[in-house]
Formats: sequence, C-alpha cells, structure tokens
Amino acid sequence: MHIPDGYLSPSTCAVLYGGAGAGWYVSLRRMKRNLNVRMVPLISVFAAFSFVVMLFNLPLPGGTTGHALGVTIAAIVLGPAGAILATSLAVAIQALFFGDGGITTLGANCFNMAVVGSLVAYVVYRAISANAALASRRRVVAAAVAGYVAVNAAALLTAIQFGVQPLLFRDAQGVPLYAPYSLGVAVPAMMIGHLLIAGVAEAAISAGLVAYLQAADPALLRATSGLVHEASPMQPAPAGSLRRLWITVAFLMFLTPVGILAAGTAWGEWSASRFATAEGRARIAASSNHQPVPDKMPAGIERLATVWTAPIPAYAPAFIKSPHFGYFLSAAFGVGLLILLSFAAQAYVQRARPAGSGE
Amino acid sequence: MSQRGKFALTLASLTRAMSGALTSEIVARRSGLLQSLDPRVRLAGLLMLVVAVTLSHRIVVVVALFAVAILLGLASHVSMAILAKRVWLTVLAFTGVIALPALFLTPGVAMFRTPEGFPSITSQGLIAATFLITRVETAVTLTTLLVLTTPWMHILKALRAFRVPQEAVMMLAMTHRYIFLLAETANQMFESRASRTVGVLDARQQRRVIARSAGVLLSKSIEFSNEVFLAMQSRGFRGDAKVLVDFRMQSSDYLALASCLVVAGSAVWLGRS
Repeated sequence: MHIPDGYLSPSTCAVLYGGAGAGWYVSLRRMKRNLNVRMVPLISVFAAFSFVVMLFNLPLPGGTTGHALGVTIAAIVLGPAGAILATSLAVAIQALFFGDGGITTLGANCFNMAVVGSLVAYVVYRAISANAALASRRRVVAAAVAGYVAVNAAALLTAIQFGVQPLLFRDAQGVPLYAPYSLGVAVPAMMIGHLLIAGVAEAAISAGLVAYLQAADPALLRATSGLVHEASPMQPAPAGSLRRLWITVAFLMFLTPVGILAAGTAWGEWSASRFATAEGRARIAASSNHQPVPDKMPAGIERLATVWTAPIPAYAPAFIKSPHFGYFLSAAFGVGLLILLSFAAQAYVQRARPAGSGE
Repeated sequence: MSQRGKFALTLASLTRAMSGALTSEIVARRSGLLQSLDPRVRLAGLLMLVVAVTLSHRIVVVVALFAVAILLGLASHVSMAILAKRVWLTVLAFTGVIALPALFLTPGVAMFRTPEGFPSITSQGLIAATFLITRVETAVTLTTLLVLTTPWMHILKALRAFRVPQEAVMMLAMTHRYIFLLAETANQMFESRASRTVGVLDARQQRRVIARSAGVLLSKSIEFSNEVFLAMQSRGFRGDAKVLVDFRMQSSDYLALASCLVVAGSAVWLGRS
C-alpha cells in the first residue's frame, strides 16, 4: 500500500499532502494542548513499535503470510490523534530512511494509512466495543473488525487514487502519464490482496494484541474504552475547544458559497435532467475525458431519479432568489440538523447506558 | 513452510532492515560529490529533481534525469551494485508486474497481429508501461541517493531548516533510535523462541505466538517510553527541543543548488506535453 514516487500526478500528491497536513495539524494541536510532554516519547516509541510490527510475517489461512500495519492498535491505545502521528512517523521513516514509499507520495501514504486508517479503526472499534468491559471478548472482536475495515478502507482509497490517474492525466495520444489502470482494474486488483491477506493480518495482530493487553496490561485499553470520564492524554479539554469549534463551524458556514465558484459539474453527481439537454451532455462528456454520453437519460437513472425528492434540491431553496444566500441557508440547515441528531443520539446513549458503567 | 521458516522470515525482515540502515551509514561517510554538499542543498536539490521527474510528460526527459541520477551516484562513490540490488531490480520486479498488464489493457492501436481471442499489445500500452517503469526507477534512484549519502540526523536537521515543526523532527529522531532498539529486542525474542520450540506448531498457534510476542514488545515499548520520559525530564526537558543547526552554505553549495534548479526547471520545460 506504500505508493512509490511516480505513480501519482503532482497535483494528486499536492491534494493528498493537504489532506494529510490537516490531519497532522489537528493531531499536533491536540498533542500540544493536552500534552503532556509525556506523549512525545510515547508516540515516538509507538511509531517505532508500528514499524517493527510491520516486519512481522504472520502465517495466514491458506499457507500464505502477511504483515500488519499496526495502525489499529495505535488507534486503540493512543486514540485517533496519537495514532495519526505515530503511523505518520513510521510511514515517513520508511520513506525517508528505508526508501519504502515515495517522498512526493508521502502525503498520500500518510493520508491513506495514518489519517483514514486511524480514524476508521478508532470509529469501528468504539462502535463495536461501546460499553463493553475492558476484559470483554467483544473488544477482541472489535479490534479484529476495526483492523480489517481500516486496512481495506485505506487500500480502497489507494486504489481510487490509482484509478483516477488515467482518467485525469493523459498525453495528446491518450497515453496514461501515471498509474495506467482505470478504476475498473485498479480497485479489484488492489482489493483482492487486501481483503484476503493484508486485512486478515491486521485483524489477527490487532485482536491478538488486545487479547494480550486484556490479560497483561488492561490499563492501556482504558484511554479509548469510553468507560472513563476523566480526559485521556490525547483527548481535548472540552471547555475552550468547544467554543473554538463553534466559531470554526460558523466560519465554514459563511464560506459555503465559495462552492459556487467551482466550474463544471462534480463527476458522477449529474442529475437526471443533465442528460436531457445538449449542454448538459456536453458538460458530462467534458468531465469524462470526452467519453461518449448517451443521447437520452439512462433507464436506471430515470427510474431511480424520482424515488426520493430532496426538500432543498441543489442547495437552492425554491423561495430564495440569491444562490449565495441559498447555499448559506442550506449550510445552516444541515449543521442544525446534524446538531439535533447528535443531541438525540447522545440522549439515547445516556439513557441506554446502565448505571455505573461509566465508572 | 515450517514454523522455523516463518520465524526465520520475520528474523530475516528485521535483519534486512538493520543491515540496510548500516549500509546507508557507511556510504554516507565516504567522500563524494553529494556527501560534500550541505544536507539542506542535498535535500532540496534531489527533491527538485524528483518533482521534475513526476512533472515530465516525455520519456526521453525522464531517461535523461535517470542518467543524471547515475552520474550523481558515480560522483558520490555509491556502488552501482547497491543501487541495482536495492532499487533497480526491486522496482523492476514490483512496478514491472504492475505495468505488464497495461501493455494489453490500455486502449489504443495494436502493434502486432494476434490470433482471434488473444489480447494484443497496444502502442499506447507499451508507452504507458515504459513511462511508469522509467519514472518510478528514476524517482526512487534519486531518493535512495539522498538516503544513502546523508546521515539520518543531517536529514532531520535539514527538515528543521525547512520549517518542519520542531515536535515532528524531535519525534522522527526518537522514533528512528527506538526502531533499532525494538528491532533488536524483537530479534532476540524470536531467536530465543525459535531455539526453545520443539516439534511443529500449526498456523493458529504460530499466529498466537507472534501476536503475544508483539504484545510483549508493546508492553516493553510503553515501559521504555516512561523511562525515557523520566530521563528526559531529569535533564530539564519541558517540551521544547533545541536542534543545533550548524550547517554553513559554501559557494559550491550555492552552485549545486543552482545547477539542480536549472536541471529540474529545464526538465519540466522540455517535458511539457
């Protein structure tokens, strides 16, 4: 999954450096705020541990061997921010020191494995192990599923990054300039190995490590268990950060009309009506590497287009004349809806949680 | 494969990682063109060339940059055998396998007449596969030259000079040190386990042994990080790290940087599609 230099275009690399950079920035900010200088050696040692674990060859069913990434156990012990930093450090050292993975693609590798891998592993582990006791068998299962899903999510992202290269970057003769396979080839080629080998290796090592820690050192599982109310070293202090979060959300809502500036249509997000006009079809063709577009609306799209009618289609409420204000209002509505849903989910979880389980 | 074989595989991976690092330290101490330059110039210059490789849309330009990389390697007394073994053959094996189906799968003009039902090699496929292999070979050769000719601590100092956050540089330095310690510990654990094992373990038992070994290593790592933290605190560490940057740019460094800039700029210009 370590993409070498030369497989991705510079613009793809730049975008993914941006994605990884956002993950590093947030994680470093959290670390600095809560930290606890103690986290510096802890994250460094964990990065070294992830690196060494990647060298362990694990015998897998079917007679083959695979190696784990170590991102899941990092997310379980350190939390997502710590795992992003530790895994990024391991990936950076592999690229800078051992030449495994490229330097221009370092952002892509960190984004796929460290940022997405850590977040997916953490969310899946927390979702499955919710309210389970530290010694519960459910935590072992949660670690296995989290490891399997995280590695395959990272692999899928890598495959998509490979697969979009020939769509976006070709020379005048139509020769792909970077990774040459389309999504139809890249996704199955990448996923078969990860679904059958790498995902199983990560699941096995993560489950084995959690089972070992339950018996030998359960305190290490406490920070992300959801069973303690005191802040773990990597969790943000809620008071000041919440206010800043609200300010950031408000700022982002004001920025939403920026989306109108983007030219063309989002690839694959065409409404059924786009196929009906020559101009719409020309736009679809332009954004699809000039592949031929059907003259009339595909039957499947036509059938499914009316299954659900959005209350605010295209972020433009019918009663608002200004598209900018429509975008802003849609953002406010969406954020408000999400806040209501999260309050409802929080109330439900608090009611469902048995008394004393939080201690 | 027997369990000894599988333990041996892990031991071999650990040993290979450590011996690879040792080779870098040895090459970095030799006197040569790249070794004589300021590490910041080495880092910036070679990265400029890597970016030029990825930006170029013409194979001939990428091949020219590959020739530049070989000349830099020769002038820096980097063994071509090391480059062939560590880079060229490895990349060829890995990227070659990936690029091979592109010969048949890339839509385009068929180069040869093949029997009905058999896929044919397209000229676009041949160019795409050649492009991918030459591009990856060149980029990896350049980054390997950086790794081989620059001690790790100098790379870190150079990163700091490029405004990479202090915490990140500090953690990279610590991680690098711990990797060797933990790899050595893991090596010893597997060696002692293999020497005590009699008979044959099935795959499930082997997985359990390896997962427990990883667990013991994790516990040792955490314990070790606590000890390191106490040691750092006792020496006055309060979260700020002082990195001593004592690099001095010479006129030869400016010349080398300008040369890299000209070569990379020309490659980007000539490599336009």
